Amino acid sequence: MAIDKNILTYEMDGDVAVITMDNKSESTNLFSFDFISSFIEAANELINNDSVKGIIIQSAKSMFMAGADLKQLEKPITDKEEFLNNALQMHKSFREIEKSGKPFVACLNGHTLGGGLELALLCHHRISVNNPKIKIGCPEVKVGLLPGGGGTIKIPYLMGLQNGLMALLQGTEHSPEKALKSKLINEVVEKPEDLIPAAKKWIAENQSPVQPWDNKKYRIPGGGVMSPTGAQVIMGGIGNLRKLTHGNYPAATNIMSVVYKGLQVPIDRALEIEARYFTDTITSKEARNMIRTGFLGITAAKKGVARPKDEPKYEIKKLGILGAGMMGAGIAYVSAYAGMDVVLKDVTKEGADKGKAYSEALVKKRVGRGRMTQEAADALLSRIHTTADPADMEGCDMVIEAVFENPDLKATVTKQTEAVLAADKIYASNTSTIPITLLAKASERPENFIGIHFFSPVDKMPLVEIIVGEKTEDKAIAAAVDYVMAIRKIPIVVNDSRGFYTSRCFGTYTSEGLFLLDEGVPPVMIENIAKTKGMPVGPLAVSDEVSLTLGLHVMESNPDLEKDASMMRNFKITKMLVEEHGRKGKKEGAGFYDYPENGKKRIWPKLEEIFKSDVETMDKETVAKRLLHRQSLEAFRCLDEGVLHSVVDGDIGSVTGWGFPIYAGGALSYIDFVGMDQFVADCDAFKEKYGPRWTVPQSLRDLAAAGKSIHDYEVKGKMAAASA
Amino acid sequence: MAEAYIYDAIRTARGRGNKKGALIGITPTQLATQCLTELREKHDLKTEMVEDVILGCVSQVMDQGANIAKTAAQQSGYGDHLCGVTLNRFCGSGLEAINQASAYVKSGFSQLLIAGGVESMSRVKMGSDGGAMMMDPAVAMPGHTIPQGISADLIATKYGYSRQDVDEFAYHSQMKAVAAEKAELFKSRIPVKDVNGITVLAHDENVRASTTVEALSGLQPSFAMMGEMGGFDAVAIDRYPELAEINHVHHAGNSSAIVDGAAIALVGNGEAGKALGLKPRAKVLAMAVYGTDPTIMLTGPTPASEKALKQAGMQASDIDLYEINEAFAVVPMLMRDNLNIPMDKINVNGGAIALGHPLGATGCILMGTLIDELERQDKKTGLVTLCIGGGMGIATIIERV
Repeated sequence: MAIDKNILTYEMDGDVAVITMDNKSESTNLFSFDFISSFIEAANELINNDSVKGIIIQSAKSMFMAGADLKQLEKPITDKEEFLNNALQMHKSFREIEKSGKPFVACLNGHTLGGGLELALLCHHRISVNNPKIKIGCPEVKVGLLPGGGGTIKIPYLMGLQNGLMALLQGTEHSPEKALKSKLINEVVEKPEDLIPAAKKWIAENQSPVQPWDNKKYRIPGGGVMSPTGAQVIMGGIGNLRKLTHGNYPAATNIMSVVYKGLQVPIDRALEIEARYFTDTITSKEARNMIRTGFLGITAAKKGVARPKDEPKYEIKKLGILGAGMMGAGIAYVSAYAGMDVVLKDVTKEGADKGKAYSEALVKKRVGRGRMTQEAADALLSRIHTTADPADMEGCDMVIEAVFENPDLKATVTKQTEAVLAADKIYASNTSTIPITLLAKASERPENFIGIHFFSPVDKMPLVEIIVGEKTEDKAIAAAVDYVMAIRKIPIVVNDSRGFYTSRCFGTYTSEGLFLLDEGVPPVMIENIAKTKGMPVGPLAVSDEVSLTLGLHVMESNPDLEKDASMMRNFKITKMLVEEHGRKGKKEGAGFYDYPENGKKRIWPKLEEIFKSDVETMDKETVAKRLLHRQSLEAFRCLDEGVLHSVVDGDIGSVTGWGFPIYAGGALSYIDFVGMDQFVADCDAFKEKYGPRWTVPQSLRDLAAAGKSIHDYEVKGKMAAASA
Repeated sequence: MAEAYIYDAIRTARGRGNKKGALIGITPTQLATQCLTELREKHDLKTEMVEDVILGCVSQVMDQGANIAKTAAQQSGYGDHLCGVTLNRFCGSGLEAINQASAYVKSGFSQLLIAGGVESMSRVKMGSDGGAMMMDPAVAMPGHTIPQGISADLIATKYGYSRQDVDEFAYHSQMKAVAAEKAELFKSRIPVKDVNGITVLAHDENVRASTTVEALSGLQPSFAMMGEMGGFDAVAIDRYPELAEINHVHHAGNSSAIVDGAAIALVGNGEAGKALGLKPRAKVLAMAVYGTDPTIMLTGPTPASEKALKQAGMQASDIDLYEINEAFAVVPMLMRDNLNIPMDKINVNGGAIALGHPLGATGCILMGTLIDELERQDKKTGLVTLCIGGGMGIATIIERV
């Protein structure tokens, strides 16, 4: 082993050695395999050098360390035993460093996350700059992992069982002040230049330091696992963990297991337990899915992977928004927040002002919480100009139309706007269902016409679906992606289809929920099973939120309604509920649920009577499969029909657009998660029983027959090359 | 095959299992030993014939650790030959001890054994033995494990027993126990004595003659907060998604009382009885255990009883008297309704709601109570059943000889 000088170097500063981490090939230091071996090598050289009295670890980057190198984990780990042995070897080396008798001090100048914190926990003393923007913590659980460098054991050792478990299970990132309070770090200094002197002072005063876990007199704050409090924490922790995760996230369960099992034994054996569960976690399907979709996929999307590469960057200084309803108001806020000048138009100036008031309320809240200065808030609001005059769209770089979902109305405003908008500028529609190609017929410049589909509430939902019409050209696509990147949201680019990708697949979820209800599955059971499988909201509750009347309207305006038996069935049931029973949705206080003034919503009791609900109608597993498989089958059709440009787009869109569970990787990876053969067999059986909506496309059957993964699917369609 | 006869069954008075309880100063070893002593004196027992003492005990730590059956055997003065083994089938332990002894005897490998159970819940707290079932995430997460009280509330919710229903059942349990006490029907009960031989407790301390349905209706549910704060209601709903919420109906007044107590039975074959000059009181006809899912946990008595009935070639209606442990009111109510048992056959002298449930001992106590009552009513067949933690049920059918 040798030290990789492109990762870290060290030099003497008097009798103290300073290891400086400065990863030359990345923007930040990463806890990679190469880093670990370089660090161990450097530490051992310094431990064996008698003239070295102490070792300081610092970073030359703005962060101390960002955590593990997740790119290294994209490929599956096939040899568990080899992985485990490497982990055990790492712990052995780390333990030798801890017990060397020489003081190690970590100087935290910036974010110290994941492996970075574990590196710091290996040191006997941790000093951070007291900058509230610095984040210190182990967020591994968010990518389906557990801290595998000793953190799962050491964090509860220092913070106590309750707080330590919370930090691990939530992946909490602490400010230096909070980290100091919770004993994760030992000292804070005011300025970065104070770090080294403080470290040297500590080294001078603390030769032969001992870690808490090596100190027989040390007691875990609040008591260990077998203390009466500890037992309560563990038992209640398990109950609450299932409440939150429904057992779908092995990382979380394994964190609990490591803490429970590990804190009862000496540290070396505890780290061995951690290593065994780390191996189990990192080789889980769930971890791979979460890394692939939740980290690598979203990171790439945010960097504009979907953008046509040869197009120059499209600058948007001034953005026009047509329609100041809920969507327009939200779009105005996020755009002004990103520094754009916004022209917000509605039929009346008052209507537009009402839309701006949404931004006023939001910034007020942010200022109140200390998350925004009054100056920044004022500046943001001053960038939103309200109007009722279509001529004010002149000079905009892009116009986003967010008027009512009516093709005629949309055609009218398109024409009005194009009369004043420069010919080379982009016109986008925020429609959620109407085909862009259809809307573009009203445009004189369909090549610059594109769909930019936001989700509600705009300021909270991270995904934006960009829809390419038949005649939309690359320049418009690049512009739309550039815009979405500018407002720091996640763009996916899809081809035109009714409902595009997200609305189309999401619609199958609510529709299947309705069919299950229609067939006699008790409504509570449908809702609970959906949540148990990780859907954030049950299909009936979410239908209420969207509104049953809106759903009716969308179906009625679909020219294919008569031809589509499944949609017709949905339409008839919804119509019956709306028209015969007045169940219109949440806004009206009466949908699938009742919404009492001062209480939790409850399933409308009469539903069970109308649909003759019976617990014995169907087994839980079938209900669960119908709710999830149906979404995935539709996602696959989108892929197969060329609506989606890549599998990962489908995964990202499902997870961030309508809350498909991330443990499965997203609606498409879910097919692999279930097992492709199983998925196809289930759908075939469902087709037999429940009808043609379960027909499996031949291409999926072929993939299954060839023993392949969904990620082996070869994408066709006009954008395939661009995003490949 | 040999027959397994129960020659006698005795039990201590039950003291409240808390710091104000009468028996907190009496160790579980003393409770068990006093039963052994009483049995010897009552029958002038040839103790050298007794081979082994099988005792059920749930929380086997501290006073109850290190094989309390052998500890009591040693204290009993029966002789050094006497062995002891402690078993744990949670609340079914006392009956399990009788069943195991019966199986040893029927098989011919043993001739004469003592079987029973002991639990001092004031001295050794319930749950103090820890255990992976509730605490190891690798077990509890996939198991959907929840505390028993929430399982009982889950049963009430799933099968539609209201707060009023369970409170009324609890009231009747108290009233039946009060009447039985007044009529001096607890023949198998012995007083508990201190080191001087002075009686510390001669009756069952938890029975409340003053109980009313109204008073019970005012008590706070015991498991609502735990269900919410510990996330356990959500765990139960994960397993039973047809439920919108858990209706918490159980409380201190309609759940079994936490008490101290011990009980033993003398189990042997016909020849052993002859040699002792004892007449058998009952014969063991059938025995069974049956598992349920660990979340609902307490529905085991019905399938276990059905299994035992099948083994005995009997119908539920063939049984003259039932003792169904009142761990929580809903447990005997559910079995009553499942098997259509008339209420005048069930727990006719009250149950654990009034008298208390010293975990390891109860199964054996119920056997003694059942035999006493069968004799009094001059009836023939009886069935004892208990629900058991982790999702089990146990049942034993006996016949008077």
